[in-house]
Amino acid sequence: MRRILSILLENEPGALSRIVGLFSQRGYNIETLNVAPTDDISLSRLTMTTDGDDKEIEQITKQLNKLVDVVKVVDLTEGAHIERDLMLIKVRALGPDRAEINRCVEIFRGQVVDVGPSVYTIMLSGTAAKLDSFIEALGDTTVLEVVRSGVAGISRGERVLSL
Amino acid sequence: MEMLSGGQMVARALEDEGVEFIFGYPGGSVLHIYDALFNESKIPHILVRHEQAATHAADGYTRATGKTGVVLVTSGPGATNAITGIATAYMDSIPMVVLSGQVQSHLIGEDAFQETDMVGISRPIVKHSFLVKKAEDLPRTIKKAFHIAATGRPGPVVIDIPKDITKPEEKFEYHYPESVKLRSYNPSQRGHAGQIKKAVKLLLSAKRPVIYSGGGVILGNASELLTELAQTLKYPVTNTLMGLGAYPGSDPQFLGMLGMHGFYEANMAMHESDVILAVGARFDDRVTNSLDRFCPGAKIIHIDIDPTSISKTVPADIPIVGPVASVLTDMLNQVRAQREQDAALPDADALATWWQRIEGWRESHGLWTAPRYQQGDGIMPQQVIESLYRATAGDAFVTSDVGQHQMFAAQYYRFNKPRRWINSGGLGTMGFGFPSAMGAKLAFPDADVACVTGEGSIQMNIQEMSTCTQYEIPVKIINLNNGYLGMVKQWQDMQYEGRYAESTYADSLPNFVKLAEAYGHVGMKIEKLADLDAAMDEAFAMKDRLVFMDILVDPSEHVYPMHIAPNGSMADMWLSKTERT
Ligand SMILES: Cc1cc2nc3c(=O)[nH]c(=O)nc-3n(C[C@H](O)[C@H](O)[C@H](O)COP(=O)(O)OP(=O)(O)OC[C@H]3O[C@@H](n4cnc5c(N)ncnc54)[C@H](O)[C@@H]3O)c2cc1C
Ligand SMILES: Cc1ncc(C[n+]2csc(CCOP(=O)(O)OP(=O)(O)O)c2C)c(N)n1
Ligand SMILES: [Mg+2]
Repeated sequence: MRRILSILLENEPGALSRIVGLFSQRGYNIETLNVAPTDDISLSRLTMTTDGDDKEIEQITKQLNKLVDVVKVVDLTEGAHIERDLMLIKVRALGPDRAEINRCVEIFRGQVVDVGPSVYTIMLSGTAAKLDSFIEALGDTTVLEVVRSGVAGISRGERVLSL
Repeated sequence: MEMLSGGQMVARALEDEGVEFIFGYPGGSVLHIYDALFNESKIPHILVRHEQAATHAADGYTRATGKTGVVLVTSGPGATNAITGIATAYMDSIPMVVLSGQVQSHLIGEDAFQETDMVGISRPIVKHSFLVKKAEDLPRTIKKAFHIAATGRPGPVVIDIPKDITKPEEKFEYHYPESVKLRSYNPSQRGHAGQIKKAVKLLLSAKRPVIYSGGGVILGNASELLTELAQTLKYPVTNTLMGLGAYPGSDPQFLGMLGMHGFYEANMAMHESDVILAVGARFDDRVTNSLDRFCPGAKIIHIDIDPTSISKTVPADIPIVGPVASVLTDMLNQVRAQREQDAALPDADALATWWQRIEGWRESHGLWTAPRYQQGDGIMPQQVIESLYRATAGDAFVTSDVGQHQMFAAQYYRFNKPRRWINSGGLGTMGFGFPSAMGAKLAFPDADVACVTGEGSIQMNIQEMSTCTQYEIPVKIINLNNGYLGMVKQWQDMQYEGRYAESTYADSLPNFVKLAEAYGHVGMKIEKLADLDAAMDEAFAMKDRLVFMDILVDPSEHVYPMHIAPNGSMADMWLSKTERT
C-alpha cells in the first residue's frame, strides 16, 4: 500500500544521505522525496512516499526513528491529510493547440507561467493523481519536459508535527 | 578559560572522558593530534600493525570491560583499513569511538592525497558519524560521540577530523561538557508497566517455558537480574552465541547455546515450548532456522532496547521496549506481586514434567553429559577446549576467530561470567580473535586471556605478534590447526560432495613455532593427545610470555549439532555425520 511518511529531521550535513542510504541499504523503495528547511531553520521537513505492507512500513518507521538525526516520523496515511505535488511542465504550443492547452490548464486550475513563440510552461499543483491526469488530458500535445516536486504532505485538523 | 589548539583539544577531551587506551596508527592527517598526544597526554597509545587490529583491539577491550573503546587512524587507507573492525562492532552492538583524520577542509572533494569520504563509506556500519567543520566544535562533538556510542543500543561512532582544524597555531577556549542532550535521540529508559504486567502474567501461566537470552543482557549488565529471575521461577535458560556467560554455564538450569550449532536440549526446548521469554536477543537467522517453522506452539515475550529488533523476523506477542536491567527489575517485582495473589503460580507439576523432558534430551544428546565426538586420529578439537577449560579453571577471557574452532569454544568452554567470551557473531570476522585478546589483556593484565583460533583466521592479523612484543601483551594463542578452512570444508563435505574448492593451502602453512619465536615469543607444537594437558599447563604457567600453541587437530571433524536447512525448524538437526533428528 502507498504510504506518505512525514519526517522532521535535524538540518545537519549528511542527515539526508542517512535517510536515503537507509532505504537503499535495506531494500525499501522511495517513490518520491521532498525536503526543505522549515520555519525553524535548524529543522528540515521531509515527505516521502513509499510502498509496503504493514510489517514493512512498521520496520521502515522504526528504522527511520532510530537514525540519530531524525526527530520525529509520522505516517500521514494513517489519518486525514492533505498532499500536494507541484509540477512544472513545458509543452509544445503551436497554432490552434494553444487554445486547447489553455482550456485544459483552466479546467485543472493550473497556470501558464512562461510563454514562448512555440512553447508554454505550465504550473500545476495537486495530488500526484491529479498531476498524472493532467498529463493524460493533454492528449496529443508534445510534452517537452516535466519536473515535479514530489509529494509534500500535512495532516488535517489540529494534529501537528513539531518538536 | 584555557586556550588549546584543535589537536590539543582532542587529546584533552579523551582524557576528560576517562579514556584508558587509544588504539591507533599515525599518518599525515592526524600528525597534529599525535603531536598533541605525545606532548601532553597520559593515555597509553597502542601502536598496532594494521588499523583493522586497532578496531578489534579496542573492541576486545570494550567487550571485556564494558567501557567504550577508542581508535585513532589517519585518512584514506588508515580509515578504510578500520572499516572491517567498525562493521564488526556495529553488528554486535559494541560501543566504540573512531577518530579518523581527514584531508584539509579546503581540499575535501578534490580527490586530494589520501582523501576518502569516511563519513560516506562508514555510513551503513555506524550508529552515527560526524564530520567536524570547526575546531571549536571538537569538545562537544567528542562528548556527543561517547554519549551516542554507549547509550541505548550501543554502537560505533566515527568522528572525521580535517587536518587544518587541529593545527597547533590556532587556539580556542576549551571546555569539555559534563553531559549532552540531543533532542532527536532519546533511547528508552524503562519498559511499559502495562506490558510488563501482561508479560509476567503470561510467563507465570507457562507450562513449557524457556528463557532465550542474548548479547543484550551482557551489553546491559543485567546478568545477575536474569539469573535471579530464572532461578526464582526455576525456568530453563538458553543463550545465544553472543549471550554466553549472561547466565552461569555450570548451572543445571542452563541448557547450553541454542541455534545452528546449538545444544540439542536447547533447540528442542525452544521448539516444544509454549512461552519464550526473549531477553536482549534478536532472533537471528543463525538461531531461528526457517521462520515459518519457528517454535510453532510458543507465545513470545520480547525485551529489547531497540524497537527495530522487535518483530523484525519473528513477531512478538508481548513486546517490551526498554533496557534489560530496568525491565528485569520491574519483572521481578511483578513476579512477586502476582505470586502473592496466587502462590500456586507457576504450575509446579507442569514444570516438573517439562524438566523431565529436558533432562531426557540432555541425557540422550547433550554435549556435556557424555562425550559426543568420536576419538579420531590424534587430538580432537573439542579436547583442546576441554583442556583449556581445565587449565584456566573456567575463568579465562576467551576470544575467538571464526570457524569450527569458534563453535567448539562456544560449546565446550562453560562461561560462568559475562564478558568472558569475546567473539564476532554478527559479522563473523576472521582476524578478530587475536587483536581482541590484546585489548582484553591490556584491560585485565592479571587475568588469563586465550585466543582460540584456526590456522586460517590467525593469519589474518598475525602481524600483531609484533605489537605484543612492543607492549609485552602475554596472551595465549590456541591455534586449532586442522590444516583447512575447516568451517568451509565442513559445508563442502555436506553440500558439495567433498569438493574442497580453495579451502586448503597445500603445504604452504608457515612454521608457527618459528614465526612466534621470530617475534620474540614462545612457540609450541603439540601433536599428541598425551602431551596436550601438560603443554597447556606449561603455557599458562608462563604468565608474562605470549605463547603460540600450534595444536594439530583431527582435520575431518565436523561441528554438531547443526541445523538442517533450508526448510528446517529449530528441532531439525544433524547430530553427527550419520545421525539426524
Ligand atoms: C560461524 C558462526 C556460527 C554461528 N552460529 C550461531 C549459533 O549456533 N547460535 C547463535 O546463537 N548464534 C550463532 N552465531 C551468531 C549469530 O550470527 C548472531 O550474531 C547471534 O545469534 C546474535 O546474538 P543475539 O541474538 O544475542 O544478539 P546480539 O547481536 O548480541 O544483539 C543484542 C540485542 O540486544 C539488544 N540490546 C542491546 N543492549 C540492550 C539493553 N541494554 N537492553 C535491552 N536490549 C539490549 C540489541 O538491540 C540487540 O537486539 C554464529 C556466528 C558465526 C560467525
Ligand atoms: C574475513 C573473512 N573471510 C571469510 C570468511 C568465511 N569463513 C568462515 S569460517 C572460515 C574458515 C576459517 O578457517 P580457520 O580459521 O582455519 O578455522 P576452522 O574452521 O578450520 O576452525 C571462512 C573462510 C570469514 N568468516 N571472514
Ligand atoms: Mg582451520
